[in-house]
Amino acid sequence: MKEEYDVIVVGSGPAGSITAKTIASHGLDVLMIEKRQEIGDPVRCAEGVAKLQLKRHIEPDTRWIAAEVKGSRIFAPDGTPVELSEDVSGAEVGYTLERKIFDRALANEAALAGVEVRVKTRATGVIIEDGYVRGITAMHIGEEREIRAKIVIGADGVESKIGRWAGIDTTLQPSELESGAQFLVTNIDISQDFCEFYLGNAIAPTGYLWVFPKGERSANIGLAIGGDACSKNRPIDLLRDFVETRYDDSRILEIVVGGVPTSGPLDEMVADGLMLVGDAARQSDPLTGGGIINAMDAGKIAGEVAVHAIEEGNVSKARLREYDTIWREKHGKRLKRSLAVKNRFVTMADDDLNKLAYSVKDVDFSTMDVFGLLVILVRRNPKMLWSLRKLF
Amino acid sequence: MISVNRYKCGYCGACVSVCPVGAIELVETWIEISDDCTECGTCVNVCPVGAIEILE
Repeated sequence: MKEEYDVIVVGSGPAGSITAKTIASHGLDVLMIEKRQEIGDPVRCAEGVAKLQLKRHIEPDTRWIAAEVKGSRIFAPDGTPVELSEDVSGAEVGYTLERKIFDRALANEAALAGVEVRVKTRATGVIIEDGYVRGITAMHIGEEREIRAKIVIGADGVESKIGRWAGIDTTLQPSELESGAQFLVTNIDISQDFCEFYLGNAIAPTGYLWVFPKGERSANIGLAIGGDACSKNRPIDLLRDFVETRYDDSRILEIVVGGVPTSGPLDEMVADGLMLVGDAARQSDPLTGGGIINAMDAGKIAGEVAVHAIEEGNVSKARLREYDTIWREKHGKRLKRSLAVKNRFVTMADDDLNKLAYSVKDVDFSTMDVFGLLVILVRRNPKMLWSLRKLF
Repeated sequence: MISVNRYKCGYCGACVSVCPVGAIELVETWIEISDDCTECGTCVNVCPVGAIEILE
């Protein structure tokens, strides 16, 4: 490992790997570090992605696709189902990934593009000179190092510190974090063609529970609720109740826990010599919690802007803001809408959710997506969803 | 005193993100809480498995 690179990418999840690969493919010198000794493990994710969105970044590979789903079923608290099928909820369903292999495949592509990858290497601080981030301090297999770079990319996930160390406040309020637990279960009988979502105060107050098929009688069954609702109902306890009640013959192969930012993206994703990407920049969807695609999109944009900025010799905040602008143009409006919908939905009682589901019982969703679903919900429930009327 | 049950902890990092003073660090597969901790209890509340406790 050298003492200086063009770019240091902190974190080797999807955000980090795509950013690193993008920059390296232009011939720049990139170091990507990962604090853990392996990439993609432990999984902290429900592993669901939209087919079409994923294909923009990487060709699907059966080695990391655990299952393909045709659609979604959403169950109101009283069990009323709302079904969205493939052509429609394409943005919400598609593949259940095997992230242990997926993340490593992305890192592999980055490595083959020229990125130097170092695992068991953790950033412990940023080097700031004249107000510019000029590198990081790191522990490399227990040894302290100083590594310099023209740009540091913070792709260090929900637990991100890089931004904070550089003066960007990335702290989340408990209500801006979905705290979740998931089991990889096997020996269950579910439809492997559909993702299921369960709503209700008894199941997942202020959040939702998901069942994502993973092939061969197995699935990711998990739930996430607001961080401000956890002390009364620990996600792991709620999950155990659900699984033990409904799938009493199931076996648990893995326990997954995680926190997903649902604050909506940071106001400021860059600083002089610094860019934040992925969950570190709070780019995950406030309503669904999905973050993989947003992170990969951001990685590509950030990578391109970083390359140009370095070529021009200008890595100031003002210059790097082009990344923020482009990314926000693509995702900003949608995420703002998601945030507004989330904020309304977390206040709803079971009765309200039941009413909403009932109001769309007769609708054929095979020609509509989730946005379409929300449009119809708002139209048919104007009083209840009054605060959302301007968004749809 | 703040105490982490490392057998319950799934080292997910949720606690790190909500700490108002940045006292928590996720180090590989365990969390470390520094002396900056004010025992506000925010981390205790958000943990998905209830691994953190404030002991009297």
